[in-house]
Amino acid sequence: MTPVAVMVGANRIVSAAGIIHPLGNADLSAEDEKALRRRIVERALMALQTEVVRPTVFSADNPASAARGDQPPAP
Amino acid sequence: MQSLRVVCYLNQFFGQIGGEDKAGVGPRVFPGAVGAARAVQQALGDAGSVVATVVCGDNHIAEHPETALVKLLDLVAAEAPDLLVAGPAFLAGRYGVACAALCAAAQALLGVPAVTGMHAENPAVGLYRRRVYIVPTGADAARMLDEARRLVALGLKLARREPIGAPAAEGYFPRGITRNTVADANAAQRATAMLLDKLAGRRVASEVPLPDFPRIPAPPAVQDLRHATIALVTDGGLVPKGNPDGIEALAATRYGAYGIEGQRGLDPGQYDNVHRGYDTTFVKQDPHRLVPVDVAREMEREGAIGKLHETVYSTTGVATTLAHSERMGREIAAQLRAARVDAVILTST
Repeated sequence: MTPVAVMVGANRIVSAAGIIHPLGNADLSAEDEKALRRRIVERALMALQTEVVRPTVFSADNPASAARGDQPPAP
Repeated sequence: MQSLRVVCYLNQFFGQIGGEDKAGVGPRVFPGAVGAARAVQQALGDAGSVVATVVCGDNHIAEHPETALVKLLDLVAAEAPDLLVAGPAFLAGRYGVACAALCAAAQALLGVPAVTGMHAENPAVGLYRRRVYIVPTGADAARMLDEARRLVALGLKLARREPIGAPAAEGYFPRGITRNTVADANAAQRATAMLLDKLAGRRVASEVPLPDFPRIPAPPAVQDLRHATIALVTDGGLVPKGNPDGIEALAATRYGAYGIEGQRGLDPGQYDNVHRGYDTTFVKQDPHRLVPVDVAREMEREGAIGKLHETVYSTTGVATTLAHSERMGREIAAQLRAARVDAVILTST
């Protein structure tokens, strides 16, 4: 669903764990699920602390540090 | 072809009675083409004859719409016309509304085909384009005859009960009507032809206009997370059991504001989910799979964030119109602003 968010113009987009459980995973134990949730929320907080100039997707493959590399250099 | 009987409607100015000082004059009729109706007669040529010009002051009809319209309809009906041509009104708002209202009434109550014309920004366009054929014109009467010609061209088709084509082809404001037609090639052929045109650099017009999303400048990054207030919002359909605010399952127009003060998490026994766009089994079992209050509270306790905002906002994001989505977003943002929230994590599915 992240391409839709990009198209509509959301600026900070964090890819989550799936449509039916964005912040969880019923296949995992409760503990592992919470850890997963924590990681995604932490990624979201990183995104909030990152300057962006256009819709940017922060995913597991493209965490905040790599996303920062996409931005034009600070003036 | 039979010469058509045409009645024109004009305001006090184009009817040559006077300016703003005469805007209060009531409905009256003059034989033949008077004032700006002469341009309509010229445009008609032999196709028709302006048998009468009906005139009313812009203020009069604006202030006494019902009585003025009744009187004007009587005057129009007395001429037994084949066509009513009103205006053109250009950018004059009162005049535009009067023209369009009279056309609508003549169509509905007298069964007389009617056409009017005005500038795209005339408020009457938004109000009447679905009911009345309105031809786009310039902002003023600089090219009156040209404008009259375009009104008459469409008017003659209406009067002769000829089929009227698409707005772009015939030159009128879209009336919000969708008409199915059978194309002469199938969709695969039409799509391929469009692609070949695009590749060759030829002009291509999309058959379906795509929505235009304005660019939203990104707010500056949060500088001091350890002292920031973070709010949780969702369009995943989370509601308290019983859905007290009646948030719709589809095409939502409402959102809810739900307090989580003192709560370490969301108790599945207290919440439900109304979203119809995905299987909500898992988020009903554990609402944290949608709104991460548990994790956010922990981070608040640890000092990773300053504060978790005490209100969770929720609506249903399936078939929600852009207009309502934007409105709800603005309203929620205003409340978050007033509560000095620094940033939002919005979970969408």
